[in-house]
Amino acid sequence: MRYLPLTDADRGAMLASIGVPSIDALFRDVPAPARRDGLVDLPRAMGELEVERALGRLAARNLGAGSVPSFLGAGAYRHHVPASVDHLIQRGEFMTSYTPYQPEVTQGTLQYLFEFQTQVALITGMEVANASLYDGASACAEAVMMANRLTRRRKAVLSGALHPHYRATTATHARFTGFELVETPAQPMGDEALVPLIDDKTACVVVQNPDCFGRVHDFTALAEACHAKGALLVVVVTEIVSLGAIVPPGQMGADIVAAEGQSIGNALNFGGPHVGLFATRERFVRQMPGRLVGQTVDAEGRRGWVLTLSTREQHIRREKATSNICTNAGLCALAFTIHLALLGEAGFVRLARLNHARACALADRLALVPGVAVLNDRFFNEFTLRLDRPAAPVVEALAERGVLGGVPLARLFPDRPDLAPLLLVAATEMNTDEDIESFAATLTEVLS
Amino acid sequence: MNDWSQALSRFSDTTAGAPVATHSGNRGLDLEEPLLFEQDKPGRCGVDLPEPPVLVQDRLGGLARTAPIGLPGLSEPEVVRHFTRLSRRNYAIDSGLYPLGSCTMKHNPRLNEKLARLPGFADLHPLQPISTVQGALALVDQLAHWLKTLTGMPAVAMSPAAGAHGELCGMMAIRAALNARGETRNRVLVADSAHGTNPASAVACGFTVESIPANDRGRVDLAALKALLGPDVAAIMLTNPNTCGLFETDIIEIAEAVHAAGAFFYCDGANFNAIVGRVRPADLGIDVMHLNLHKTFSTPHGGGGPGSGPVVLAAALAPFAPLPWVVHGTDGFDLIEQPDGDAVASFGRLKGFHGQIGMFVRALAYMMSHGSDGLRQVAEDAVLNANYVLAGLRDVMTPSFDGPCMHEVLFDDRFLKDTGVTTLDLAKALIDEGYHPMTMYFPLVVHGALLIEPTETESRATLDQFIAVLRALALDARSGKADYFAAAPVLAPRRRLDETAAARCPVLRWTPAPALRSAAE
Repeated sequence: MRYLPLTDADRGAMLASIGVPSIDALFRDVPAPARRDGLVDLPRAMGELEVERALGRLAARNLGAGSVPSFLGAGAYRHHVPASVDHLIQRGEFMTSYTPYQPEVTQGTLQYLFEFQTQVALITGMEVANASLYDGASACAEAVMMANRLTRRRKAVLSGALHPHYRATTATHARFTGFELVETPAQPMGDEALVPLIDDKTACVVVQNPDCFGRVHDFTALAEACHAKGALLVVVVTEIVSLGAIVPPGQMGADIVAAEGQSIGNALNFGGPHVGLFATRERFVRQMPGRLVGQTVDAEGRRGWVLTLSTREQHIRREKATSNICTNAGLCALAFTIHLALLGEAGFVRLARLNHARACALADRLALVPGVAVLNDRFFNEFTLRLDRPAAPVVEALAERGVLGGVPLARLFPDRPDLAPLLLVAATEMNTDEDIESFAATLTEVLS
Repeated sequence: MNDWSQALSRFSDTTAGAPVATHSGNRGLDLEEPLLFEQDKPGRCGVDLPEPPVLVQDRLGGLARTAPIGLPGLSEPEVVRHFTRLSRRNYAIDSGLYPLGSCTMKHNPRLNEKLARLPGFADLHPLQPISTVQGALALVDQLAHWLKTLTGMPAVAMSPAAGAHGELCGMMAIRAALNARGETRNRVLVADSAHGTNPASAVACGFTVESIPANDRGRVDLAALKALLGPDVAAIMLTNPNTCGLFETDIIEIAEAVHAAGAFFYCDGANFNAIVGRVRPADLGIDVMHLNLHKTFSTPHGGGGPGSGPVVLAAALAPFAPLPWVVHGTDGFDLIEQPDGDAVASFGRLKGFHGQIGMFVRALAYMMSHGSDGLRQVAEDAVLNANYVLAGLRDVMTPSFDGPCMHEVLFDDRFLKDTGVTTLDLAKALIDEGYHPMTMYFPLVVHGALLIEPTETESRATLDQFIAVLRALALDARSGKADYFAAAPVLAPRRRLDETAAARCPVLRWTPAPALRSAAE
């Protein structure tokens, strides 16, 4: 077996130096009824070539989003990732290192996480950020629980335009840890009235920008209404590239930002691994979940970095920790850091403008397709269409014709038949004029 | 052997000072690297993007960003060099033995990376039509089959994103099952050698936590456990093999007692590497267990993730598994994404989309490479290597418990008594010797714990060298070289870092120097 360095001669000599007759003697503490002599019923070892063939066959049974014109978003976006990003994250010194518990020999990881925290704080317009969480949806749930701790209240108001997976993840935690959720129904048109739902028992209001129908909002007045009642405003961002084009949540008065960072540096990966971003105000940092890297000096006075404020965390505080999280999304955070370092201020802003321009071009073209209405008058790179029939079969028909034509909202809101004709479509820098024309032409054909 | 002791005596003569100072601050291949933000040239960019068309009117609803963000501008060569330099300040399994106990730092095969990056996996959108992702769903189904077969359990929840997330999933399934039975049980008993995530996860599900004491053999005290059990106990949480590196010899009796009390048995599967292919957790009476794919099944730790923590479930808990479910439909595989149909009792969703698919590809490639025969050999070699380290050190260090260990070996600090050297000092001295330290001060059940897990992917020669170094350090500690130990490491990119100062006055992000800031304003 190519991954096992011990030879049979090694094994024999090692057993002799341990002073036992056989490997079985080392498993003597396993109760007899649980010892298995034979092999489990699974295939035997395979060479690299055979494994590559077997999994290659599975991969070939999927339609890669990049092989056809593709317009899916809804929380995961297809962007161009420069080649150097994947090269650098595959350096063994990054990829095969552990959580940086020994700072003297993990300054590489610690420094990039400090840079990551700074980048996340800058683009969200917040003061501090952590070293990542699993994904945007789990970050949203953590944000609500943090707001509960900070306000000592146990009620969260969730916008109906919050991504349904984020709502569902938060609802799971609410059910088990016992806090109340007030959820408004999803409305693709018109403004929702959240302010009347805020009272002196409300810990936070959770909204999304751009929301799950693609609309862009100014939450400044909502933030003020929250603060007037002693509640916090949590802003979710599922398309982080949008922050290169629109006013960041921090500038609108957000107290916590929970976001998905996949768009920068990371592949779609059929939904995971992605990277959760989490940012807040400095005064709230001791109630923050997750790892934090802080700057310090070594015994010679040289600048260095360490994991810090660990007294919030499970390995120190056990049942009193702010969260149970341990492993987060380190390498995905590195990909994010490298890609954003390459983009810089100029590149990030330009990328965002490109995305908006592509989406405007797509909206203008699709508006000309008979049976299609564009619902949004404001959006970033994603918007909602109303078709003259249920969207899900249309998307299937488009896929059969080689176009991945967006996400039917019935997939995200199956209990809302009134949303069945709605189709959420996204455009990024990856979509060419030919892609847009192909989408429009195929949609015309399917709807005719 | 002589070389090592000479090297040590040389270091111990220099404890008072730093190694040679240079004009640059660099030390040979160890290069100082400023922060990205300190290399900013406004307008410079490492990505060439086309100029966006001028829009007659943007559709941002009057919310266009106007304020600068503050991101630094660097070119591609500078970015590549920056991160290459940073990478060289990390210890990694690729460069040497990484004996962190209960972390299973084993070789990460590059085949797995190649396969996870196939466009047919990496370039799939999670909400594509189900008909276009049949291969990906088949992959999830195959991995689930391997995990169920290796553990003997009938069901597996695939979506948890890491071990602690899996614990949360398992405890939620228990809570949901109790609710369905109409029972309110709020106490969870956790072994005192457990990972900190165990009590934190139980509390996150609304349980209260009590500790189960260990006996003098490093195992759960069965009598004490039985005394704690009662009608209000929802579950116990044990790690097996436990974090002392020992198999819980009474585990079948423990399971029987737990079940007799109407409670569930949660097993932390962080140490599954010790028994994979040789022991099926189902045969031990376990009801629910998470598996860290980034431990036993070699998906890279990545400096702290991403991980993946599927949870195997007994039949009584399976109906409550989180969404989504991959199922065999009439027309190939299907995804159940809502709590209806077969999944009507599901406790809900734990994250966005379907799980850590990229990690599933890697883990399945690893399992197929080993096969049933190779995985059994993994457990045997992992246990053999740990016992070899134990045999090589037992006369100079102090093993905490008698008898063979499983895949990791626990020492305490009795051998350092009266030397002035602490567990921390010894760990830091290992850094100068070119090793990542073992897990220190965990588990909490012994004083000054040193927990060593070599894994099966280390050769006998590597272990011999590691044993020789630890033997030499143990002797140095006893021969009055406490000053060197207190100063170690002296050869790493950094000396010991001031963690107290970092926590007292946290600096969690870069900010422009005050002079620059006022100039900008």
